[in-house]
Amino acid sequence: MKSFTYERADAPAEAAAAAMRTPGSRFIAGGTNLLDLMKLEIETPAHLIDVNRLALDKIEPMSDGGLRIGALVRNTDLAADARVRRDYALLSRALLAGASGQLRNRATTAGNLLQRTRCPYFYDTNQPCNKRTPGSGCAAIGGFNRTLAVIGASEACIATHPSDMAVAMRALDATIETVRPDGKTRTVAIVDFYRAPGSTPHLETALEPGELITAVTLPKPVGGTHIYHKVRDRASYAFALISVGAIIQRDGSGRVALGGVAYKPWRVEAAEAEMPRGARAVTTALLAGAKPTHENAFKLLLVERTLSAALAQARA
Amino acid sequence: MKFDTPATTNPIDQLKIIGKPTDRIDGPLKTTGKAPYAYERHEVVPNQAYGYVIGAAIAKGRIIAIDLADAKASPGVLAIVTAENAGTLNKGRFNTAKLLGGPEIEHYHQAIAVVVAETFEQARAAAALVKVDYARGKGRFDLAAAKDTASPPPENEFSGKPDTAVGDFAAAFTAAPVRLDATYTTPDQSHAMMEPHASIAAWQGDKLTLWTSNQMINWGKGDVARTLGIPKENVRLDSPYLGGGFGGKLFVRADAILAALGAKAAKRPVKVALARPLMANNTTHRPATIQRIRIGATRDGKITAIGHEGWSGDLPGGGPETAVNQTRMLYAAPNRMTATRLAVLDLPEGNAMRAPGEAPGLMALEVAMDEMAEKLGMDPVEFRILNDTQVDPEQPGRRFSQRRLVECLKTGAERFGWDKRAKPGSRREGRWLVGMGVAAAFRNNLLTKSAARVRLDDKGVVTVETDMTDIGTGTYTIIAQTAAETMGLPLDKVMVRLGDSDFPVSCGSGGQWGANNSTAGVYAACMKLREAVAQKLGFNTAEAVFTDGQVRAGNRSVALREAARGGEVVAEDFIEYGDLDKKYQQSTFASHFVEAAVDAFTGEIRIRRMLAICAAGRILNPKAARSQVIGAMTMGAGAALMEELAVDKRFGFFVNHDLAGYEVPVHADIPHQEVIFLDETDPMSSPMKAKGVGELGICGVGAAVANAIYNATGVRVRNYPITLDKLLDKLPDVA
Repeated sequence: MKSFTYERADAPAEAAAAAMRTPGSRFIAGGTNLLDLMKLEIETPAHLIDVNRLALDKIEPMSDGGLRIGALVRNTDLAADARVRRDYALLSRALLAGASGQLRNRATTAGNLLQRTRCPYFYDTNQPCNKRTPGSGCAAIGGFNRTLAVIGASEACIATHPSDMAVAMRALDATIETVRPDGKTRTVAIVDFYRAPGSTPHLETALEPGELITAVTLPKPVGGTHIYHKVRDRASYAFALISVGAIIQRDGSGRVALGGVAYKPWRVEAAEAEMPRGARAVTTALLAGAKPTHENAFKLLLVERTLSAALAQARA
Repeated sequence: MKFDTPATTNPIDQLKIIGKPTDRIDGPLKTTGKAPYAYERHEVVPNQAYGYVIGAAIAKGRIIAIDLADAKASPGVLAIVTAENAGTLNKGRFNTAKLLGGPEIEHYHQAIAVVVAETFEQARAAAALVKVDYARGKGRFDLAAAKDTASPPPENEFSGKPDTAVGDFAAAFTAAPVRLDATYTTPDQSHAMMEPHASIAAWQGDKLTLWTSNQMINWGKGDVARTLGIPKENVRLDSPYLGGGFGGKLFVRADAILAALGAKAAKRPVKVALARPLMANNTTHRPATIQRIRIGATRDGKITAIGHEGWSGDLPGGGPETAVNQTRMLYAAPNRMTATRLAVLDLPEGNAMRAPGEAPGLMALEVAMDEMAEKLGMDPVEFRILNDTQVDPEQPGRRFSQRRLVECLKTGAERFGWDKRAKPGSRREGRWLVGMGVAAAFRNNLLTKSAARVRLDDKGVVTVETDMTDIGTGTYTIIAQTAAETMGLPLDKVMVRLGDSDFPVSCGSGGQWGANNSTAGVYAACMKLREAVAQKLGFNTAEAVFTDGQVRAGNRSVALREAARGGEVVAEDFIEYGDLDKKYQQSTFASHFVEAAVDAFTGEIRIRRMLAICAAGRILNPKAARSQVIGAMTMGAGAALMEELAVDKRFGFFVNHDLAGYEVPVHADIPHQEVIFLDETDPMSSPMKAKGVGELGICGVGAAVANAIYNATGVRVRNYPITLDKLLDKLPDVA
């Protein structure tokens, strides 16, 4: 870990401004990902801005019937919130499928969205990785990539986004609220939040330098049966091979977002028109243009069969 | 004490303390955080500095240059040791690659430097500033590709013969009416013990003390001396507690040598722990295997020919994974062959991991037996029973000292409800496909010399001293039970001190030989102490009865402590063995039964029940032994379902080298586990009449899981681990 300076911010705009003042700054909240990456010198911030005291830890109803989730709401608290469990069960279930109790107690809503990939080559600083060291190459392509992306990847990067929570947020059409260093706020729909890797996989989100997430909002509840099925190599405490977040209505319509297949939670609204025709039709549309590797081609069939399980569960 | 005739009745047979389920005497220390593990021994020597190990960034090649300038100038740095300034280093007897590499690099993450600084954080930060320029060499990293270049490895004390043959296997196999010829693979696996390799080193003049975490103190002492080129008597190792080893700490590793070198360079004590992401490639692992098994049988199920060939790879000068060896012993057949072949690979060093040989070997053999039973239309339990042998099949004049495999299988089948097993792919509960599997387990019982010293003080407390280690197995407790039983004392009047190389040399912890041999050594020392006590108190040794803290004969009874009134009474002895293990084949046996469910949609596998029936001689402490077996069953479940070091065949390293990437079972993966020990004593094994269970418990588990998955789904997977992607496209259509 490289030495760094530290400050604690008291207001969101002040935190954003501070980040602009000091080059090489990073915000720190739960630290469940950043600290690990700093120990390995994958992240080497010169300055940390502690945002834990920004009072962004409330879950509040909105006038349009939606819910505003403060950026610092811990994953445990969000998953346990009565409104979330009742109206956005998909979110609660996705959260509980991730990490461990101890990590969820620390991890925050914004931090969860900003997790970095778990690609093993990203984690090994001896290996080339365009995300870690732009221009160095991608060791995962042609290497051990069983867990990596099947769609939306580029010749520079086949990493996946590891979050479960983000899959639910995508299915629920979440919006991300931010404050910029100049104090102005804006909102970014989650569909526009993650950047495709292209030739710049180190640029991962729509956030601008110094921009701080202050909240995530959910539109009013959509009802339906909420299913989050995370498939992994062991029963708990592992990242998804794939996950299916589905909201299925009585009439057979619904929404589907996938984890573990791409650089972002993967959802194609047009594919959802195929819901009444079943899992195979939806998957074909959802993963059209997928380019799996020889090691992870199974993910396509796994998505189809997991979605099939979700549809069967919703019917039952 | 020489043990060369079968044991008769002796003080251990009283079974007042031995054989009783007993809490660990070291339990309170561990649960309160007071058991001193190597890295946290802050009190043993003042002024400890921190060493951080740098691993090679390439698998094969050489270092052209190392630039230490920035690292040396980094805050707090005291010294940096590389091969260039370390002086002459030899290779340990038990090491295949050098523990400090450079300029030649033999494998990925081979240590190339240790940076010593005032704090851990300073050492780690400085280590990141070391710039190394490499010339990458061409290496061999793919076992399947290297298979045809493999050759018979030289025989050594652990490996057995590379080739064995009885009768005419080829002709008998060809002539057999029912035949199986199948190839199985097992992957490289990592020990993944909780406590990383760690050592604190301190020099006093030319004498070195290492507080470390090591299973085999005497081997370790020898190899530290050899590596550093100093006399063995100048080295002391102290390793009273280990946070797991599983074979990964049988040998001296880089932490110990680099702590010693760092301490010399920094001129003060240095502590070094291997960082978790370094461990998989820097230390040893269980090598991957390719195994071909051929079984020929008559139509009524008698095996007429059995052949097992195994291929594995290792660095030049390394050894094979002896996956075929149990096949020499497990089933009767007049015609048989085994062959072990070793390829040269430039992956990290392969070596022993819990039940080396048998663990991967039975993962293949016991699936082959399941496949063969199906071909024969026989119940797999019945098929195994039909082909049982009570003699070493290669030397029929040589009987097993005890072999109750049939009873293990029958008892297990009854307890598990085996008769409810359905045809493959036919039992469904909701979305789950459910099946049962069975496997036999076999692991040899090895006899090794083991010594101990016992001291009686005037408070009537007996202290045992031996360099034996407790790697989490419960050794402290069974040694205390042995001394208490032999001396006629309650358990709380015995103190046990382990792991110090200044103590008498024990068998150490490995090969599941620790329990029987180390307690037999303690028994021998206690018998000598009884003699000394009897003499001091004026008893005839043969007549004296040691019980309830008293020594009694006829009407006379004297407190044991009286013998130490004039000073401690000390006795030292060892157990050594005659040829009972040559005359008789000594092995341990078990059956494993598993029920598994497979999600018909996703292929996710969940083990539902596990049962082990073990026949392993006298069980000294049923509570600790059960813990050993359920731990081993858990590890077997991991091997079956998830554990695999993923090889990057281009760059030659294990990619998933941390505990996020190398998955081992979590609680949610492990269901109810039941363990039953058959009531058994083996008078050929030692005066304790005991054997080992720590490795028996993992043997066969993987195959039982695999067979249960087959029974659930009708899908046979021959390549471990059995992850869902290997089932998915063969499961019933669900769309």
